[in-house]
Amino acid sequence: MTAHLKRWWPLALLLVLFAAPYSALPVPGLLDGPLGSPGSLQLIALCLLYGGLATGYDLLLGRTGLLSFGHALYFATGLYATDLAMLEFGLGFVPAALFGVACTVALALLLGSVSLRVTGIGFSMVTLAFAQAGSILVQRNPGGLTGGEEGRSAPAEHLPDALIGIQNTANLYWIALAYLVVTLAVVHWTVSSPTGRIWAGIRENERRVEVLGLRPYGFKLVAFTVSGALAGAGGVVYLLLTGGATPQAAGSDATLALLVMVVLGGSGTRWGPLLGGVLYTWAAHRLGDLANSDSIAQLPAVLRVPLSQPLFLLGTLFVAVVYLLPGGLAKLPARLRGGRAAKTAVPVTAVPEGAA
Amino acid sequence: MNTVVLLACTGLGLGALYFLVASGLSLIFGLMDVLNFAHGALLSIGAYAAWWAATDGGMGFWLAVPFGTLVGTAASVLLELALIRPLYARPRDQILATVGVGLALPALLMGIWGSDARPFPQPAALAGTVDLLGATVPVNRFVLMAAALVVLVLLRLFLARTRYGLIVRAGVEDRAMVTALGIDVRKAFTLVFAIGGAAASLGGALAGLYFGSVNPSQGTGLLIFAFVVVVMGGMGSVTGAAVASVGVGLVQQFANYYTAAGLGDLSVVVLLAVLLLVKPRGLTGRLA
Repeated sequence: MTAHLKRWWPLALLLVLFAAPYSALPVPGLLDGPLGSPGSLQLIALCLLYGGLATGYDLLLGRTGLLSFGHALYFATGLYATDLAMLEFGLGFVPAALFGVACTVALALLLGSVSLRVTGIGFSMVTLAFAQAGSILVQRNPGGLTGGEEGRSAPAEHLPDALIGIQNTANLYWIALAYLVVTLAVVHWTVSSPTGRIWAGIRENERRVEVLGLRPYGFKLVAFTVSGALAGAGGVVYLLLTGGATPQAAGSDATLALLVMVVLGGSGTRWGPLLGGVLYTWAAHRLGDLANSDSIAQLPAVLRVPLSQPLFLLGTLFVAVVYLLPGGLAKLPARLRGGRAAKTAVPVTAVPEGAA
Repeated sequence: MNTVVLLACTGLGLGALYFLVASGLSLIFGLMDVLNFAHGALLSIGAYAAWWAATDGGMGFWLAVPFGTLVGTAASVLLELALIRPLYARPRDQILATVGVGLALPALLMGIWGSDARPFPQPAALAGTVDLLGATVPVNRFVLMAAALVVLVLLRLFLARTRYGLIVRAGVEDRAMVTALGIDVRKAFTLVFAIGGAAASLGGALAGLYFGSVNPSQGTGLLIFAFVVVVMGGMGSVTGAAVASVGVGLVQQFANYYTAAGLGDLSVVVLLAVLLLVKPRGLTGRLA
């Protein structure tokens, strides 16, 4: 019975998340306003979006063993292509979003087919280089298209009325939730498919997959493209949530943030990247608020300076996780259980030191 | 002609800067498979330490640069001993730890000195220009080239003539074999980290000279091009890094001038992609 219930807890959580906009539950400490207020919904929606983005990124890192340093490029492509399709071609939101995702798929297919020709750290470097090129391109504002440092805001006249205005934050929240659910479904479905099993094989030992007579290249390209498409769709949701495209989305810091999220939560696990993405985004926003608060301003400089830098705290936290929690937060319960089991088991079986 | 000479000198100066960052990066990667994302932060530490010494510290420029280099070297040794060494058996976690440090350190610098660029004091002897083949070239370009040449020569002497250099070279070729021979590669690694940190922080102090100011994100910006240089030159090869630095610096400057600004940065990236596709192991044919 309990095992049966355990299977269904994600659905229960989904229902709770779905109902959140109807609730006025105050969550002191975690959120500024009550649960259903626009400010809180906006923050939770961003958390869910990054949970989905991290899950999609982990399709490469944790499932296929590909360390890409250029994932932000695909996120930014979805973001900018959708925005530009509305601004420059005057498309409606839905065709523009489809155009944005199609652009992302095409770019991921093209650049993936090039960068996957090198393996190991060379692959990481090529993806970083391509993403850097994209970031520079966005910053230089070719033909006045990207708006350079300023970025460009989404045109309100091309967006459906239900997605505009603070009173419609709940709709945006549901879109972010839907994006997360779709991403989780796509990742879980592909990972448990035959292709997903070959990804796992590539992650463990690529040479062995080749010996079996399979070419890893094609399978890696599929992973790269699916992961890129998910990032592009995330860019569309991000455009709705923040109402514009800014060059920060394309920077190498954005990829590093995804990497931090995945590792924080636990790479290669079912819920880890989601958890990491939600926690990181929440912490980044709340730490920013904390930095501006009065209680921090009154501290002596030795404490105030580091505490007022969210990135310093997140970077330090990340090092601590890598160091103290290998496998991330998702592996924590198993480690705690394992630790306790080991403590009770050792005296009984009397395993000699180093035998394991 | 004047423009070509000026562009060449500026490109070589920039290449020298890339080499200072990339040489340590390349050796660290070659020896331990650690892609050091904190290397840019070490450069920033060197830059800020030198800037602080030259302004608030009241030291002259010629004392401030060694001071910055020393602080950066100390920071890199500390980083290696405290964070990298305990993760000795987990190379990917070593990379991730440096990612965390690379995020945290520039943020800390920003917290202390703000995100605005701070003007770097130029000593009178280096503020001027030199006439070379009709072009007016700022003196600091030559300072950078000279520094990079000195570091290159010293590194090559260290690698070719000393016992530790031998261990480092052997470790880059085959770490497992060196360890099996009973040599502690970890000591060599700390040494390489210190050398890399010294070169990077010297680069940081001189980057202040080149750009005229220091800011917290300078290190990270240079790090990306240093990565490009390391991959193009072949991982673990100092000479490869030197050749690639010169190439990247020159291509960037010329393309930025003769085409639209910013295309130079792009062309460097395209150059890397093309090179890796033609020769996946980089210029020197070392394993990438």
